[in-house]
Amino acid sequence: MAKEFIKGNEAVVKGAILAGCQSFYGYPITPASEIAEAAAKFFPSVGRVFLQAESEIAAIQMTYGAAAAGERTMTASSSPGVSLKQEGISYAASSELPVVLVDIMRAGPGLGSIAPEQSDYNQIVKGGGHGNYKLIVLAPNSAQEMCNLTMLAFELADKYRAVACVLADGYIGQMMEPVEYPEPVEMKIDKSSWALHATKETRKNLINSIYLEPAELEAHNQNLQNKFAEIEKNEIRFDEYRTDDAEYIGVAYGIMSRIMRSVVDTAREKGIKLGLVRPISLFPFPKAKLRSYRENIKGYFVTELSNGQMVDDVRLAVGELKPVRLYTRMGGYVPSIEEVFEGFEKAFIK
Amino acid sequence: MANKILKKSDSFYAVYDRKPGEDKMNTHYCPGCGHGNIHKYVAEAIDELGIQDRTIIVSPVGCSVFIYYYFDLGNIQVAHGRAPAVATALKRAHPHAIVISYQGDGDLAAIGGNNIIQAANRGEQITVVFVNNAIYGMTGGQVAPTTLVGMKSSTTPRGRAIENEGYPMKVSELIAALTAPVYVERTALWDTSSRNKAKRSIKKALKAQMEGKGFTFCEIMSPCPSGWKLTPAQSLEWMKENMGAYYKVGVLRDEIKTREPIIKEKKTVTSKEIQEVLGTDIKPSEHYPTNPEDRYKNPSMKFAGFGGQGVLSLGTMLANAAMEQGFNSSWIPSYGPEMRGGTAYCFVNISDKEIGSPTVSNPDLLVAFNRPSLEKFEGDVKPGGIIMYDSTIIDVQPTRDDVEILAVPATGIAESLGNIRCANTVMAGVYLAKTKIMAKEALIQTLPKAIKKKHLIDLNIHALEKGFEFIENN
Ligand SMILES: Cc1ncc(C[n+]2csc(CCOP(=O)(O)OP(=O)(O)O)c2C)c(N)n1
Ligand code: SF4
Repeated sequence: MAKEFIKGNEAVVKGAILAGCQSFYGYPITPASEIAEAAAKFFPSVGRVFLQAESEIAAIQMTYGAAAAGERTMTASSSPGVSLKQEGISYAASSELPVVLVDIMRAGPGLGSIAPEQSDYNQIVKGGGHGNYKLIVLAPNSAQEMCNLTMLAFELADKYRAVACVLADGYIGQMMEPVEYPEPVEMKIDKSSWALHATKETRKNLINSIYLEPAELEAHNQNLQNKFAEIEKNEIRFDEYRTDDAEYIGVAYGIMSRIMRSVVDTAREKGIKLGLVRPISLFPFPKAKLRSYRENIKGYFVTELSNGQMVDDVRLAVGELKPVRLYTRMGGYVPSIEEVFEGFEKAFIK
Repeated sequence: MANKILKKSDSFYAVYDRKPGEDKMNTHYCPGCGHGNIHKYVAEAIDELGIQDRTIIVSPVGCSVFIYYYFDLGNIQVAHGRAPAVATALKRAHPHAIVISYQGDGDLAAIGGNNIIQAANRGEQITVVFVNNAIYGMTGGQVAPTTLVGMKSSTTPRGRAIENEGYPMKVSELIAALTAPVYVERTALWDTSSRNKAKRSIKKALKAQMEGKGFTFCEIMSPCPSGWKLTPAQSLEWMKENMGAYYKVGVLRDEIKTREPIIKEKKTVTSKEIQEVLGTDIKPSEHYPTNPEDRYKNPSMKFAGFGGQGVLSLGTMLANAAMEQGFNSSWIPSYGPEMRGGTAYCFVNISDKEIGSPTVSNPDLLVAFNRPSLEKFEGDVKPGGIIMYDSTIIDVQPTRDDVEILAVPATGIAESLGNIRCANTVMAGVYLAKTKIMAKEALIQTLPKAIKKKHLIDLNIHALEKGFEFIENN
């Protein structure tokens, strides 16, 4: 199949439409605005809804309504906007509404800058809103995956009636690469047992997140936890690069996984057996996979564009048997291959 | 104002099974509360209009959060103040639905103030039932935007003071100040005749929604005896005397008869049409194999110059053509803090292997279109690499002696073709002719994708050829 050379952010929109997404509700913010702009261009042309909401707070609530209405729906933003969406995310998680959220992370805290960071890991993977919930989190590292993982996010959101997030950094959003498109998907899922279709059949349905009786709310929470456990069992995704004989395991996602791939090659040229595990799903996190190396390696080398957020999950997964060392940059700085390699040498060799 | 709804409408459940506790017949509202009456009017209007099956009611946060105990309608409970945003999407997903956003004054006027104004301003085809009881009922009687001046609440223990809380908000007047809403009326529940008007207003709004007329807004002044610390009877009197004096009942906007309906329908689009619109069904490109020397294969490149010199599009042009020739390729613009200072640049990688980092510290090729970028980046180029610079514009020479240097008067050549903006394509020609990493035809094939204005394509083909000639003649 032939490919299109396209920006990651635009590949998200094409993937969404191919996945049968019926509505896009957004609010502009760099470096995610191309998503809203491409959605504004394409959604109405294929008979679907595009609306620029009054705020990110409203945009996520609109997806709450659209998902409740039974359609595939999405919103996209970048870090400060995602902070505002946390209210709606918590509600959608509790009401078990399949919503797809795309976060093109930028540097923070506060207004920060429009340059890339990966510092939304905690607010997305750990749940930035109130209550006991998880999002399904997918982390693309190419334009191709921006398309494919967006499509997967719709599928998983529906499969588990959960909020699924495509978590990318500004670099992955802004980068252009070849993308090969799958065929359009027909959404054939029958949601009439719970969704509001404004019909006689669905009149009995209730979308709700309030449970005043502790026993009821505990049971609801327990059901949610069971679902998240199910997701952990079924939906772990990762990628490995030169790990077979590795003495060191690198761990990185998004743009850092691209840089780390080159760092692995650099190390190998120098006779150092470095390999790379790239979590594609951040929740569920590939814990067992990471742990599986620990008897045979000298240590884990985690790199991320944050103050060290994913590293906590790596540490929880692998325990203390082998050192877990961290190389991070913040503030929108994306390190070079050489800088990361030097960081690795400092951590383990020198 | 009994808290029991006697003769139940079809749009109410006969037994309130969703309500916790023993009593499944009575509502949870306090004696004398206005919510029960308003529910009744909404239900009766729905029955009379015959729209029960297609009505969805959005419950707010407030005393009416439990609307779904009572209404035999599609029910959705939402976050505090956000009902208009949720209702917006419900209606757009199901244009045939009748969508009601039922909200209190704290919910609608305070926390959801922007959401209601924006939904009204967009002319969403929904009906808002706005219950104004001048107080936060559910949380125990705190001040609302609608609380009257001097009125005591648990957070205005000395009474509402204009210096601290400002004046009570006349929400219907605000909504009616917008152009889009088609119907705005304020009614009240203080006596039989006013209550009849309240009911008529709700029905009128719902009917207008059925006809696709636009945004309809029914404010209803409603008693909250518990919040006001009055008996039900005192509440009615107090409401008429005090709220009635400040908030005038009446129609603030009624253009139902004159408005053209906007009937929205969902259209179905075939997979084929989707692929056409998105351009995702892509025809394979012609292959034009070349045989470059090993040292030129799999280049990483940096293109730099002033914004407007076509630096970024030169990058996408080459990366796009490379993709069509079966290579992996990536393009990333200078982005974020690097962008300052007027110099734009981008990185391109072309490779027959998977591409790791899309940026590299030491590119194989630097193409510089202005002096600052030549001076800034020449030191980075890999030994044995290539520096190409626009010698029409740059009046210095690179100092490196371990790289190939090509001084190309690209802007001069472009000018001789009548348009300096094709200098970037001249450079592309020179680069391809020099390295043979792709054939001229490969780039010509990709030009229509890189250049949106059709009449510029021939010009760029000339520019490309001039680039090739430059290498042949030197
Ligand atoms: C985000 C958020 N903030 C605050 C609350 C607490 N809260 C619940 S109801 C309410 C006020 C509702 O008052 P109003 O809209 O006037 O409705 P009424 O109860 O008077 O009918 C508040 C502040 C909440 N549930 N959510
Ligand atoms: S507190 Fe007020 S609004 Fe709430 S139920 Fe009681 S009377 Fe009604």
